[in-house]
Amino acid sequence: MKKLKVLIVDDSSVMRKIVERALRQAGLELTEVAEASNGAEALAEVAKGVPDMILSDINMPVMDGLEFLKNLATLESAKGVPVIMITTEGSEARVVEALSAGAKGYLRKPFSPEQVKERVAPLLGGGQ
Amino acid sequence: MKSMTQSRTPASVPFDPNWKTIMECAALEVFEMMANVRLTLNPAPTEAPTGGQTAMVGMAGALCGMTTIRCTRTTATKLAALMLGEEAVSNPASARDALGELCNMVAGNFKAKITGLADACMLSVPTVIAGEDYSMDTAEPAEGVTIALVYEGENIWVTLVTHS
Repeated sequence: MKKLKVLIVDDSSVMRKIVERALRQAGLELTEVAEASNGAEALAEVAKGVPDMILSDINMPVMDGLEFLKNLATLESAKGVPVIMITTEGSEARVVEALSAGAKGYLRKPFSPEQVKERVAPLLGGGQ
Repeated sequence: MKSMTQSRTPASVPFDPNWKTIMECAALEVFEMMANVRLTLNPAPTEAPTGGQTAMVGMAGALCGMTTIRCTRTTATKLAALMLGEEAVSNPASARDALGELCNMVAGNFKAKITGLADACMLSVPTVIAGEDYSMDTAEPAEGVTIALVYEGENIWVTLVTHS
């Protein structure tokens, strides 16, 4: 199974831990987990090293998930990195906006490890 | 031409007593998915909500009000351990933050189940109160529902208060 470097972006440290735990419970082998508490920090993390996958909250201070997506799309180095958006509110409008801005999928909280796997695995390829 | 305020003001969604069942469903789902624990409903709680940890999430837009989750500190710590692992037990902040996130997800899951609310009701970031000796007053008229979920013999109180 391919080992992954993931970037988890959420203003809640608890949610970042929950997402990481769900990824591991879903059976993904994570070699490195980078964290950021908003879109601006996430862009800085991507500049340090491009992850295999990004999971990002939508509602965050400083730079929200949608703005982060738009900025990420301008980075040549990050082209092809799948981004999954995480949202609490079930807002269809924001999800549609995120998908239009380049997100490859979304997870709505609450989510189970099985749901995480269903959303993440198809985006990774390589036998995940 | 409509003003910006007019065009963005969502239609108010009136309180419905049937929301109690929907809140039960929303809360049970959140605890089962995020804490991997299947809670039971306390069908006839005899006391008012109590507990030393209270998480609150404000709601604004088509529905104005607040969702709260209240339980003992011990229960909050156990829930955090289920969500984050045993390391959460040694960190009181983890229990607090985990309860806040649970409340946020219960409020979000609830509104996602109500027609017309998902896109028209915004949630605040969670706030968590530590301590039992407080009272909460809210502007009238207010309506709401309170449910009690049982975890290891302790009640976890979930309350929705709405303003017309």
